[in-house]
Amino acid sequence: MSEDRHPLFMPLIFVGGLIFGFGLGFSQMARPEVVLNFLQFEDFGLLFVMFGAAIVSGIAFSVMPRIRDSAPLTGDRYERRLKPFDRNVLVGGAIFGVGWGLSGICPGAAYASLGVGNITILWALAGMFAGAYLQGVWRSKRAAADAAPAGAD
Amino acid sequence: MVTDPVPLQLAAELFPNGISRYAVGGLLVGFGAVVIYVGTGIPAGASTFLESTLSYVSGQSRFQQYVSSRDWRVVFTLGIILGGLAFAATVQSGVITTSLYEAGTTGELYEVGGVTLWSTSVQPWRLFLGGLLVGIGTRIGKGCTSGHGVCGVGSASKTSIVGVATFLTVAIGTAQIVAAMGVSP
Repeated sequence: MSEDRHPLFMPLIFVGGLIFGFGLGFSQMARPEVVLNFLQFEDFGLLFVMFGAAIVSGIAFSVMPRIRDSAPLTGDRYERRLKPFDRNVLVGGAIFGVGWGLSGICPGAAYASLGVGNITILWALAGMFAGAYLQGVWRSKRAAADAAPAGAD
Repeated sequence: MVTDPVPLQLAAELFPNGISRYAVGGLLVGFGAVVIYVGTGIPAGASTFLESTLSYVSGQSRFQQYVSSRDWRVVFTLGIILGGLAFAATVQSGVITTSLYEAGTTGELYEVGGVTLWSTSVQPWRLFLGGLLVGIGTRIGKGCTSGHGVCGVGSASKTSIVGVATFLTVAIGTAQIVAAMGVSP
Protein backbone atom coordinates (compact mmCIF):
# COMPACT_ATOMS: atom_id res chain seq x y z
CA MET A 1 0.00 0.00 0.00
CA SER A 2 2.75 2.45 0.90
CA GLU A 3 4.86 1.56 -2.17
CA ASP A 4 2.35 2.22 -4.92
CA ARG A 5 0.49 5.05 -3.25
CA HIS A 6 -0.72 7.85 -5.51
CA PRO A 7 1.50 10.98 -5.29
CA LEU A 8 -1.57 13.08 -4.43
CA PHE A 9 -2.59 10.84 -1.52
CA MET A 10 -0.75 12.74 1.21
CA PRO A 11 -1.50 16.23 -0.20
CA LEU A 12 -5.21 15.37 -0.30
CA ILE A 13 -5.19 14.06 3.28
CA PHE A 14 -3.46 17.30 4.28
CA VAL A 15 -5.99 19.53 2.51
CA GLY A 16 -8.87 17.54 4.04
CA GLY A 17 -7.28 18.05 7.48
CA LEU A 18 -6.87 21.78 6.82
CA ILE A 19 -10.57 22.23 6.01
CA PHE A 20 -11.55 20.01 8.96
CA GLY A 21 -9.38 22.05 11.37
CA PHE A 22 -10.51 25.40 9.97
CA GLY A 23 -14.11 24.28 10.48
CA LEU A 24 -13.44 23.27 14.09
CA GLY A 25 -11.91 26.70 14.69
CA PHE A 26 -14.75 28.58 12.99
CA SER A 27 -17.43 26.59 14.84
CA GLN A 28 -15.72 27.32 18.19
CA MET A 29 -15.76 23.61 18.99
CA ALA A 30 -12.00 23.99 19.53
CA ARG A 31 -12.90 26.03 22.64
CA PRO A 32 -13.51 23.74 25.65
CA GLU A 33 -15.70 26.43 27.25
CA VAL A 34 -18.12 26.35 24.32
CA VAL A 35 -18.41 22.56 24.49
CA LEU A 36 -19.01 22.74 28.26
CA ASN A 37 -21.69 25.41 27.73
CA PHE A 38 -23.40 23.05 25.33
CA LEU A 39 -23.23 20.09 27.74
CA GLN A 40 -24.67 22.32 30.48
CA PHE A 41 -27.58 23.29 28.18
CA GLU A 42 -26.52 26.94 28.02
CA ASP A 43 -25.97 27.02 24.25
CA PHE A 44 -27.35 24.35 21.93
CA GLY A 45 -25.46 25.65 18.89
CA LEU A 46 -22.98 22.77 18.96
CA LEU A 47 -25.74 20.47 17.69
CA PHE A 48 -25.38 22.27 14.36
CA VAL A 49 -21.69 21.37 14.21
CA MET A 50 -22.27 17.68 14.82
CA PHE A 51 -25.35 17.23 12.68
CA GLY A 52 -24.17 19.64 9.99
CA ALA A 53 -20.96 17.67 9.60
CA ALA A 54 -22.74 14.29 9.72
CA ILE A 55 -25.25 15.38 7.06
CA VAL A 56 -22.51 16.57 4.67
CA SER A 57 -20.48 13.38 5.13
CA GLY A 58 -23.65 11.27 4.99
CA ILE A 59 -24.48 12.63 1.53
CA ALA A 60 -21.01 11.70 0.25
CA PHE A 61 -21.11 8.27 1.90
CA SER A 62 -24.40 7.42 0.22
CA VAL A 63 -23.75 9.03 -3.18
CA MET A 64 -20.14 8.03 -3.94
CA PRO A 65 -20.65 4.22 -3.98
CA ARG A 66 -23.41 4.75 -6.58
CA ILE A 67 -21.38 6.81 -9.01
CA ARG A 68 -17.94 5.17 -8.72
CA ASP A 69 -16.64 1.75 -7.74
CA SER A 70 -13.38 2.81 -6.16
CA ALA A 71 -11.55 5.87 -4.89
CA PRO A 72 -9.14 7.46 -7.42
CA LEU A 73 -6.12 7.78 -5.12
CA THR A 74 -6.17 4.36 -3.44
CA GLY A 75 -8.28 2.07 -5.58
CA ASP A 76 -10.15 1.18 -2.39
CA ARG A 77 -13.82 0.42 -2.81
CA TYR A 78 -16.33 2.94 -1.54
CA GLU A 79 -18.04 0.86 1.08
CA ARG A 80 -19.36 1.17 4.58
CA ARG A 81 -16.65 -0.10 6.88
CA LEU A 82 -18.90 -0.72 9.82
CA LYS A 83 -17.43 -1.29 13.23
CA PRO A 84 -18.81 -4.31 15.05
CA PHE A 85 -20.95 -3.60 18.08
CA ASP A 86 -19.96 -5.09 21.41
CA ARG A 87 -19.82 -4.14 25.07
CA ASN A 88 -16.64 -2.09 24.44
CA VAL A 89 -18.65 0.52 22.53
CA LEU A 90 -20.70 1.19 25.67
CA VAL A 91 -17.84 0.93 28.18
CA GLY A 92 -15.45 3.02 26.08
CA GLY A 93 -18.21 5.48 25.16
CA ALA A 94 -19.02 6.00 28.83
CA ILE A 95 -15.35 6.57 29.77
CA PHE A 96 -14.99 8.97 26.83
CA GLY A 97 -18.17 10.73 27.97
CA VAL A 98 -16.83 11.35 31.48
CA GLY A 99 -13.61 12.76 29.99
CA TRP A 100 -15.46 14.92 27.45
CA GLY A 101 -17.86 16.22 30.11
CA LEU A 102 -15.02 17.01 32.50
CA SER A 103 -12.73 18.77 30.01
CA GLY A 104 -14.86 19.85 27.04
CA ILE A 105 -12.22 18.39 24.77
CA CYS A 106 -12.23 15.59 22.18
CA PRO A 107 -9.35 14.50 19.93
CA GLY A 108 -10.01 16.39 16.67
CA ALA A 109 -11.04 19.58 18.45
CA ALA A 110 -7.92 19.36 20.65
CA TYR A 111 -5.60 19.32 17.61
CA ALA A 112 -7.42 22.30 16.12
CA SER A 113 -7.35 24.03 19.50
CA LEU A 114 -3.56 23.87 19.48
CA GLY A 115 -3.68 25.56 16.06
CA VAL A 116 -5.84 28.47 17.25
CA GLY A 117 -3.17 29.20 19.87
CA ASN A 118 -4.41 27.25 22.86
CA ILE A 119 -1.08 26.13 24.34
CA THR A 120 -2.85 25.06 27.55
CA ILE A 121 -4.49 22.29 25.52
CA LEU A 122 -1.15 20.43 25.65
CA TRP A 123 -2.33 19.19 29.06
CA ALA A 124 -5.28 17.49 27.36
CA LEU A 125 -3.12 16.10 24.55
CA ALA A 126 -0.63 14.71 27.08
CA GLY A 127 -3.56 13.10 28.91
CA MET A 128 -4.94 11.61 25.67
CA PHE A 129 -1.63 10.02 24.70
CA ALA A 130 -1.16 8.69 28.24
CA GLY A 131 -4.69 7.25 28.20
CA ALA A 132 -4.28 5.68 24.76
CA TYR A 133 -0.96 4.20 25.92
CA LEU A 134 -2.40 2.78 29.15
CA GLN A 135 -5.25 1.01 27.36
CA GLY A 136 -2.76 -0.22 24.73
CA VAL A 137 -0.49 -1.79 27.35
CA TRP A 138 -3.44 -3.37 29.11
CA ARG A 139 -5.02 -4.75 25.94
CA SER A 140 -1.68 -5.99 24.59
CA LYS A 141 -1.15 -7.94 27.80
CA ARG A 142 -4.67 -9.31 27.74
CA ALA A 143 -4.38 -10.35 24.08
CA ALA A 144 -1.13 -12.16 24.87
CA ALA A 145 -2.73 -13.94 27.83
CA ASP A 146 -5.74 -14.97 25.73
CA ALA A 147 -3.56 -16.18 22.86
CA ALA A 148 -1.39 -18.44 25.00
CA PRO A 149 -3.94 -21.09 26.04
CA ALA A 150 -6.68 -20.70 23.44
CA GLY A 151 -5.03 -19.47 20.24
CA ALA A 152 -6.17 -16.34 18.44
CA ASP A 153 -9.40 -14.71 19.48
CA MET B 1 -46.07 43.59 15.01
CA VAL B 2 -44.21 42.26 12.01
CA THR B 3 -42.44 39.36 13.70
CA ASP B 4 -43.65 37.08 16.43
CA PRO B 5 -41.42 37.72 19.44
CA VAL B 6 -41.86 34.26 21.01
CA PRO B 7 -39.69 32.23 18.59
CA LEU B 8 -37.10 35.01 18.59
CA GLN B 9 -36.92 34.97 22.35
CA LEU B 10 -36.61 31.20 22.36
CA ALA B 11 -33.79 31.37 19.82
CA ALA B 12 -31.99 33.92 21.98
CA GLU B 13 -32.24 31.60 24.96
CA LEU B 14 -31.24 28.38 23.25
CA PHE B 15 -28.67 29.95 20.92
CA PRO B 16 -27.16 32.98 22.68
CA ASN B 17 -24.31 33.07 20.13
CA GLY B 18 -26.50 32.54 17.10
CA ILE B 19 -26.28 29.44 14.94
CA SER B 20 -24.33 30.55 11.88
CA ARG B 21 -20.83 30.02 13.23
CA TYR B 22 -21.82 26.52 14.34
CA ALA B 23 -23.58 25.60 11.10
CA VAL B 24 -20.83 26.97 8.83
CA GLY B 25 -18.12 25.36 10.96
CA GLY B 26 -19.96 22.04 10.96
CA LEU B 27 -20.39 22.08 7.19
CA LEU B 28 -16.64 22.69 6.82
CA VAL B 29 -15.79 19.86 9.23
CA GLY B 30 -18.01 17.54 7.19
CA PHE B 31 -16.53 18.83 3.92
CA GLY B 32 -12.99 18.10 5.17
CA ALA B 33 -13.99 14.51 5.88
CA VAL B 34 -15.70 14.29 2.47
CA VAL B 35 -12.59 15.49 0.60
CA ILE B 36 -10.62 12.63 2.15
CA TYR B 37 -13.38 10.08 1.58
CA VAL B 38 -13.97 10.98 -2.06
CA GLY B 39 -10.25 10.82 -2.87
CA THR B 40 -9.29 7.78 -0.84
CA GLY B 41 -12.40 5.91 0.33
CA ILE B 42 -11.23 6.38 3.93
CA PRO B 43 -13.79 7.57 6.52
CA ALA B 44 -11.25 9.40 8.69
CA GLY B 45 -11.53 9.75 12.45
CA ALA B 46 -9.24 11.83 14.63
CA SER B 47 -8.67 9.58 17.67
CA THR B 48 -6.84 6.68 15.98
CA PHE B 49 -3.90 9.11 15.59
CA LEU B 50 -3.25 8.67 19.32
CA GLU B 51 -2.62 4.94 19.03
CA SER B 52 -1.09 4.95 15.54
CA THR B 53 1.48 7.58 16.59
CA LEU B 54 2.38 5.56 19.69
CA SER B 55 3.42 2.73 17.33
CA TYR B 56 6.48 4.84 16.37
CA VAL B 57 7.81 4.71 19.93
CA SER B 58 6.21 1.68 21.57
CA GLY B 59 6.51 -2.01 20.70
CA GLN B 60 3.20 -2.91 22.38
CA SER B 61 1.36 -5.37 20.14
CA ARG B 62 -1.86 -3.38 20.36
CA PHE B 63 -0.38 -0.45 18.42
CA GLN B 64 1.19 -2.49 15.60
CA GLN B 65 -2.12 -2.85 13.73
CA TYR B 66 -1.89 0.86 12.90
CA VAL B 67 1.61 0.85 11.39
CA SER B 68 0.28 0.96 7.81
CA SER B 69 -1.90 4.02 8.46
CA ARG B 70 0.27 5.94 10.91
CA ASP B 71 2.01 8.15 8.32
CA TRP B 72 -1.13 9.59 6.76
CA ARG B 73 -2.71 10.01 10.20
CA VAL B 74 0.20 12.27 11.19
CA VAL B 75 -0.39 14.30 8.00
CA PHE B 76 -4.14 14.49 8.73
CA THR B 77 -3.50 15.75 12.27
CA LEU B 78 -0.89 18.25 11.07
CA GLY B 79 -3.54 19.49 8.62
CA ILE B 80 -6.08 19.90 11.44
CA ILE B 81 -3.60 21.89 13.56
CA LEU B 82 -2.63 24.13 10.63
CA GLY B 83 -6.31 24.48 9.69
CA GLY B 84 -6.90 25.85 13.19
CA LEU B 85 -3.94 28.20 12.71
CA ALA B 86 -5.29 29.31 9.32
CA PHE B 87 -8.57 30.16 11.04
CA ALA B 88 -6.67 32.09 13.75
CA ALA B 89 -4.66 34.02 11.16
CA THR B 90 -7.73 35.03 9.14
CA VAL B 91 -11.12 35.16 10.84
CA GLN B 92 -9.92 35.19 14.47
CA SER B 93 -7.42 37.97 13.64
CA GLY B 94 -10.07 40.01 11.88
CA VAL B 95 -8.30 39.86 8.49
CA ILE B 96 -11.45 38.29 7.11
CA THR B 97 -14.73 39.49 8.56
CA THR B 98 -18.07 37.85 7.95
CA SER B 99 -21.49 38.25 9.48
CA LEU B 100 -21.61 34.45 9.78
CA TYR B 101 -18.97 34.51 12.50
CA GLU B 102 -19.77 35.44 16.09
CA ALA B 103 -16.52 35.81 18.06
CA GLY B 104 -17.66 34.83 21.56
CA THR B 105 -16.17 35.94 24.86
CA THR B 106 -14.66 32.80 26.42
CA GLY B 107 -10.98 32.31 27.25
CA GLU B 108 -8.28 34.87 26.50
CA LEU B 109 -7.03 36.40 23.29
CA TYR B 110 -3.36 37.23 22.82
CA GLU B 111 -1.25 38.31 19.91
CA VAL B 112 1.92 36.89 18.39
CA GLY B 113 3.40 38.47 15.26
CA GLY B 114 0.13 40.09 14.21
CA VAL B 115 -1.87 36.86 14.58
CA THR B 116 -4.63 36.86 17.19
CA LEU B 117 -4.39 33.63 19.13
CA TRP B 118 -6.74 32.23 21.76
CA SER B 119 -6.20 30.29 24.95
CA THR B 120 -8.61 28.49 27.24
CA SER B 121 -9.41 29.36 30.86
CA VAL B 122 -10.41 25.78 31.66
CA GLN B 123 -8.06 24.54 34.36
CA PRO B 124 -5.13 22.27 33.45
CA TRP B 125 -6.18 19.48 35.85
CA ARG B 126 -9.54 19.24 34.09
CA LEU B 127 -7.87 19.14 30.70
CA PHE B 128 -5.34 16.50 31.75
CA LEU B 129 -7.73 14.22 33.62
CA GLY B 130 -10.40 14.64 30.94
CA GLY B 131 -7.81 13.97 28.24
CA LEU B 132 -6.69 10.81 30.02
CA LEU B 133 -10.25 9.45 30.09
CA VAL B 134 -10.85 10.57 26.48
CA GLY B 135 -7.67 8.74 25.43
CA ILE B 136 -8.75 5.52 27.15
CA GLY B 137 -12.42 5.79 26.22
CA THR B 138 -12.18 6.58 22.50
CA ARG B 139 -9.80 3.70 21.93
CA ILE B 140 -11.86 1.14 23.85
CA GLY B 141 -15.08 2.54 22.39
CA LYS B 142 -13.71 2.37 18.80
CA GLY B 143 -14.12 6.05 17.96
CA CYS B 144 -14.63 9.66 18.98
CA THR B 145 -16.76 12.63 18.00
CA SER B 146 -15.37 12.60 14.44
CA GLY B 147 -15.06 8.85 13.80
CA HIS B 148 -18.40 7.88 15.37
CA GLY B 149 -20.09 11.30 15.37
CA VAL B 150 -19.34 12.51 11.85
CA CYS B 151 -18.30 9.50 9.75
CA GLY B 152 -20.21 6.81 11.67
CA VAL B 153 -23.50 8.69 12.02
CA GLY B 154 -23.06 9.91 8.42
CA SER B 155 -22.96 6.32 7.21
CA ALA B 156 -25.91 5.37 9.46
CA SER B 157 -23.82 2.89 11.45
CA LYS B 158 -25.86 1.52 14.35
CA THR B 159 -22.69 0.96 16.37
CA SER B 160 -21.74 4.63 15.96
CA ILE B 161 -25.22 5.91 16.76
CA VAL B 162 -25.20 3.89 20.00
CA GLY B 163 -21.64 5.11 20.70
CA VAL B 164 -22.62 8.77 20.22
CA ALA B 165 -25.78 8.39 22.34
CA THR B 166 -23.66 6.82 25.10
CA PHE B 167 -20.91 9.42 25.25
CA LEU B 168 -23.26 12.36 24.74
CA THR B 169 -25.53 11.25 27.61
CA VAL B 170 -22.63 10.53 29.97
CA ALA B 171 -20.87 13.79 29.02
CA ILE B 172 -23.99 15.85 29.72
CA GLY B 173 -24.40 14.16 33.10
CA THR B 174 -20.73 14.68 33.95
CA ALA B 175 -20.68 18.34 32.91
CA GLN B 176 -23.84 19.03 34.93
CA ILE B 177 -22.38 17.36 38.05
CA VAL B 178 -19.05 19.16 37.69
CA ALA B 179 -20.84 22.50 37.31
CA ALA B 180 -23.14 21.74 40.25
CA MET B 181 -20.06 21.11 42.39
CA GLY B 182 -19.03 24.66 41.61
CA VAL B 183 -16.01 23.85 39.43
CA SER B 184 -15.40 26.82 37.12
CA PRO B 185 -13.88 27.39 34.72
